[in-house]
Amino acid sequence: MKPAPFAYHRPASLDEALALLAQHADAKALAGGQSLIPAMNFRLARPGVLVDLNTIAELAAVRDDGGVLHLGAMTRQAVAERDPRVATHAPLLAEALPLVAHVQIRNRGTIGGSLAHADPSAELPAVMVALGATFHLRSATGARVMAAEAFFTGLFATALAPGELLVDIAIPRLDGAAGSCFLELARRHGDYALAGVAATLRLDDKGRIRDARIVLVSVGDGPVLAQRAIKAVNGERPGAELFREAAALAGTRDAEPPSDLHASAAYRRQLVTVLTRRALERATTRAAARAQTRQES
Amino acid sequence: MRVGLSVNGVPHARDVEPRLLLSDFLRQDLGLTGTHVGCEHGVCGACTVMLDGDAVRACIILAVQVDGHEVTTVEGLTPAGSGVELHPLQAAFKEAHGLQCGFCTPGILMTMVPFLRDHPDASEHEIRVALSGNLCRCTGYANIVTAIELARDAARR
Amino acid sequence: MPLVGSSVRRNEDVRLLTGRALFVDDVQLPGMLHVAFLRTDHAHARLTRLDVSVARQRAGVVAVYTASDLGDYGQPGPLLVPPPPIDGLTFVTRTQVPLVRDKSRHVGEPVAMVVAESRYVAEDAVDDIVAEWEPLGAVVDLEAALEARAPRVHDDLPDNVAAHVVQVIGDYEAAKRTAHTVIARRFHYDRGIGGAIENRAVVAQWDARAEELTVWDTTQAPIPIRNGLAAKLGLRESQVRVVAPFVGGGFGPKIMMFYAEEVLVPWAAMRLGRPVKWTEDRRENFTGTTQERGQVHDAELCVSADGRIVAVKDVFLHDSGAYDSYGLTIPINTQCTLLGPYVVPNYYSEFTAVFTNKTLVTPVRGAGRQHGVFVMERLLDGAARALGIDRVEIRRRNYLASGQFPHDHKVIYQDFQPLVYDSGDYGPALDEAARLIDYDRFKREEQPKALLAGRHLGIGVVSYIEGTGIGPYEGARVAIDPSGQVRVATGVGTQGQGHFTAFAQIVAQVLDVNVEDVSVCTGDTREFNWGTGTFASRGAVVAGSACHAAAVAVRERILDVASRVLAVPREAVVVAGGRVRAAGATDDGLTLGELARQANPLRGAVRPGSAPGLEATAYYGPDRGTTASGVHAMVLEVDPETAMVQVLRYVVVHDCGTLINPMLVEGQVQGGVAHGIGNAFFEQLVYDETGQLQNATFMDYLIPTATDVPAVRMAHRETPAPNSPLGLKGVGEAGCIPTGALFAQALEDAVAEFGIEITEIPLSPDKLARLLTGRRAPKRNVVVVEGSFVFEGKREAVYALLHDADVLGASLPGAMRLAMTADGRYEGLMKVGIGPVTAAEFTMGVTLTDRDPPRGYGMIVEGKGSFGFTRGLATVQLLEHARGTEMTYRAEVQVGGTIAAVGQRLLDSVSRRMTAQALESLHTAMRSRL
Repeated sequence: MKPAPFAYHRPASLDEALALLAQHADAKALAGGQSLIPAMNFRLARPGVLVDLNTIAELAAVRDDGGVLHLGAMTRQAVAERDPRVATHAPLLAEALPLVAHVQIRNRGTIGGSLAHADPSAELPAVMVALGATFHLRSATGARVMAAEAFFTGLFATALAPGELLVDIAIPRLDGAAGSCFLELARRHGDYALAGVAATLRLDDKGRIRDARIVLVSVGDGPVLAQRAIKAVNGERPGAELFREAAALAGTRDAEPPSDLHASAAYRRQLVTVLTRRALERATTRAAARAQTRQES
Repeated sequence: MRVGLSVNGVPHARDVEPRLLLSDFLRQDLGLTGTHVGCEHGVCGACTVMLDGDAVRACIILAVQVDGHEVTTVEGLTPAGSGVELHPLQAAFKEAHGLQCGFCTPGILMTMVPFLRDHPDASEHEIRVALSGNLCRCTGYANIVTAIELARDAARR
Repeated sequence: MPLVGSSVRRNEDVRLLTGRALFVDDVQLPGMLHVAFLRTDHAHARLTRLDVSVARQRAGVVAVYTASDLGDYGQPGPLLVPPPPIDGLTFVTRTQVPLVRDKSRHVGEPVAMVVAESRYVAEDAVDDIVAEWEPLGAVVDLEAALEARAPRVHDDLPDNVAAHVVQVIGDYEAAKRTAHTVIARRFHYDRGIGGAIENRAVVAQWDARAEELTVWDTTQAPIPIRNGLAAKLGLRESQVRVVAPFVGGGFGPKIMMFYAEEVLVPWAAMRLGRPVKWTEDRRENFTGTTQERGQVHDAELCVSADGRIVAVKDVFLHDSGAYDSYGLTIPINTQCTLLGPYVVPNYYSEFTAVFTNKTLVTPVRGAGRQHGVFVMERLLDGAARALGIDRVEIRRRNYLASGQFPHDHKVIYQDFQPLVYDSGDYGPALDEAARLIDYDRFKREEQPKALLAGRHLGIGVVSYIEGTGIGPYEGARVAIDPSGQVRVATGVGTQGQGHFTAFAQIVAQVLDVNVEDVSVCTGDTREFNWGTGTFASRGAVVAGSACHAAAVAVRERILDVASRVLAVPREAVVVAGGRVRAAGATDDGLTLGELARQANPLRGAVRPGSAPGLEATAYYGPDRGTTASGVHAMVLEVDPETAMVQVLRYVVVHDCGTLINPMLVEGQVQGGVAHGIGNAFFEQLVYDETGQLQNATFMDYLIPTATDVPAVRMAHRETPAPNSPLGLKGVGEAGCIPTGALFAQALEDAVAEFGIEITEIPLSPDKLARLLTGRRAPKRNVVVVEGSFVFEGKREAVYALLHDADVLGASLPGAMRLAMTADGRYEGLMKVGIGPVTAAEFTMGVTLTDRDPPRGYGMIVEGKGSFGFTRGLATVQLLEHARGTEMTYRAEVQVGGTIAAVGQRLLDSVSRRMTAQALESLHTAMRSRL
């Protein structure tokens, strides 16, 4: 299990990296490498050229830009996990990060690398879609910005064009009486989730659910925005019956799960149903608690 | 390709192929065979070393990537000439019978040394979660957890 | 306090903890070469072409060997364990060859060996090798293997039967007629791995001047490997030294005669005159290292109205894998261990061992015992339920009483001896386990209270016996060095059991020295010449007893020499604290080191009939094994909504006779329990219908982690083995033997209101969810893609266009070109990649079958590339439709090679996605023509 040969570049700047990627058609960007290098060890991935992004300091910055939290794509997952700005600004991300593999992986793995990899069982793509994050993309010829949900286009597929890099993730603050919850079930701690749910919502002045976003993990080609479940809860008063109905829609209608040796499609639907209900309950409780705090202050 | 780095405080420079894994570099090029290899796909944790003070898996990092960085391996816990026979965590492993065949042990030590540094008051559950990225087939983990708790408590005193 | 029986900290730990301990892969020698193997991706296929010429030309490659280079050296290996003397037994021997000659019989069999300057280059060269295979139907399912039309694993045999064995006690049928209740069930127990974190490794060095071969090998049995290698290589045994240094876990699979690599690496080292190393990688380990067993049991338990066992019948199939080199150890273990600690007056047990196209099955921790325990304990649970008897009580009622030992079951055990329980006392162990797990209070308060709070807790209690410490023998040499250090050498290997300490304790106690002053050498044939190995929970019992005997002999020598040197009678010599002195003397006497020098004089005479030095060698060969036993209890929690399970409490009350070192014993038990929990709920080797192992990674094969295994609460009972000088019984496997049965019982208890019954191990959340919801299990393990699609065109036109090479080519994802080579046959190239998998070229063939224009046809699509191969079997039907022609399709997708082993998680999604893409492009291609 040793990688096949490749050429290796260690650019010092983003522009240099983009130039290299533009120059080599068979180049692959190396972020944390925690998925890519195992695939190379199995010789399933055989890039001709690796462009290592780890030496580009400008890609690893975290900054709070007045209501928008910017994570450089090369921000290590463990760094984000420890960053107090992430905890206060995007608690959903803070809740999901400890579930990403194990600490040794998160010390190396990057936020942007996981997103660009677009594994349908990964936590971070679902979290970003649920948070309504905006992705900044760069290539040798230009820059563009797109919503997270437009970025994920299929199984391990993203909107990234050849030679293009995800450079920055912008996460808006959830304002008002907002609550979120990330839940997943895995066989063992740190394994790929059999199913997972990222939920965010807000309670309006009358206690009705607004701006709910429910995104499912491991039950489709990528993060699955559970449109039917979302529609069912938006504008409604939270309640056990409502959440049961919405969860059933997520499990039976929104999810299109595959079967594998760990979980059949039917079992995944069952899990999504249970997790969606629980995530909605918890997100609502958290939102209500925030509403309470806001009233008191 | 030239790689210059510090391992256990000792500077090294070598010419390596870009594809050389850090685990192989440490074991073969530097002769530091205390770092073990168990799966080469980043799951078992046996190859865990510290890179700039944080636990990482040496089997899924390229040697060329550690150029200019600092690596600590299990050999670095008891530096030659320091007169230290065992690091406190190693002593706790011996005391609590936290190892049997000992193959996974260096990776566990290199995971838990930085963990205890960062979480001096870790609970049993937190210890188990932190340990969950290291597979051990011999011990059933109980004595490993006890050993880590012993080291935690000793450090607190 | 005596040393034997105390939790002495381990002598070996400092070396292991600091990274200084030598493991085989740590051996680095000047000029060393590295090996990689081409292994077959086909479970059962004829090798039609093997071309290594390009690989041989690659820079850095020193040699590439195939079966034709081996000549007679490529003969099948020996039968490691012949079948035991059981009346009417049939057994056919088929053992593995080092390199595949004519056909492959399981995925992972080595086909060619590349020797190169580095492992990296060796793997590059493996990619250069061209091997072509003609697939034969694979034998995977045990029952299907015995059908008349099943393919045969071994062409020269009439069927796939490896062995057939019947053992009987009393008269089952007659007894059954007297029974009150009969519980009949079918049980399944599937495969797992040993899972040592260290993979196997072999390093060999031929010293041409000394004419000596040194082999470092991760084996559990260095001496038999030495003897076998010497015979195979035409060397004297004294010319071959096999060293099993520190070994990173054994668990059974590290004992074999021979692994291909074990015979090939030394052979290549001699041939090339350079040291050669092969280290197994994890991918190789999953198919190249032996596995544990699948079995299917049809069992019946006949009980009286008060729950007493009247008779048991068990008819089972045992999966041997492709060869049966390890004989019948495992199914015999199953057959015998089923009897458990119970009085079983009538027993009919019949098994058929079956060849399949899967990796060889050899003992893995438990070695088939857990299957027997699973069957018996599950049947007892069924009887308890049927009769309304408490689960603990029904066990107690059936135990052999403490006065019934030795108890001869009159069946033959794996050591060829009658199965005789030497000693035991089961009732008190059961009581203690029930007390420690708090059985009564749990049932009375804890469980009902939890249920009111919506938590489903369950409890289980099971018991088992384990035949351990079998012969034939082991030996040990104990010598006192002039430095005062005591050196002990034995022939067994050690893989973490603590032999360096346990043996030292035994010797230190006899010689009254410090444990740290006793250095133990295991696993080096240069140090000790005789023995068999570490297996069957026998190391401490058999080699430990030999160490004891040798130490006693050395003590006698000490008395002799000290008597002479101190000029006092033997009786007046005091041996204490590493010194000898005359009783009543005021001086300190001599250290044992000084005495050792006196015993090895440079001048003077060593009298005829005596020997120099303080050294003795002794052997211990038990007539038969000893019977360890135990009771395990568990409390677990199930979330019935998600079918997730957490083990909350675990109790083991264990009797392994006299304890040498309780700390080591507890460590063994805790580790065994973890392995058992793995077997019960996490670990299962999943083979598809073509014999592809689908979870050949640590991502998909789930070894329990620290969050999955609780700390076991343990209590020891010591019923000393009456026939062992130290009273020792074995312990290495105890922890994992009853765990599956226990888990099943506790699980049923936790969800009692669902009324499920568990007859299969391993379980998984998915399987449990199926039981809880009543969902049916999929009949076959195969990826199916099906659906329908409407083409805007007439049926005849659509049918015709589907035969057009351009249209067909357009429909296959990544097809670079496709040409019709015969009517209904198309060949070409495609380039496919997904996500992290780099797009790679596949040669592709499409064959249309069962053509029925314009209604439909069948299609076989085959692709082959560096990642493995894929095969799709599709049926296509065309129906008239309002908007044109409706095509309904159903395809079964098979893959082999790396993708199958590593990428199973994505197979379903990828297949569906590629099908969807194919249909879209097909439609586009057709629309322009229709």
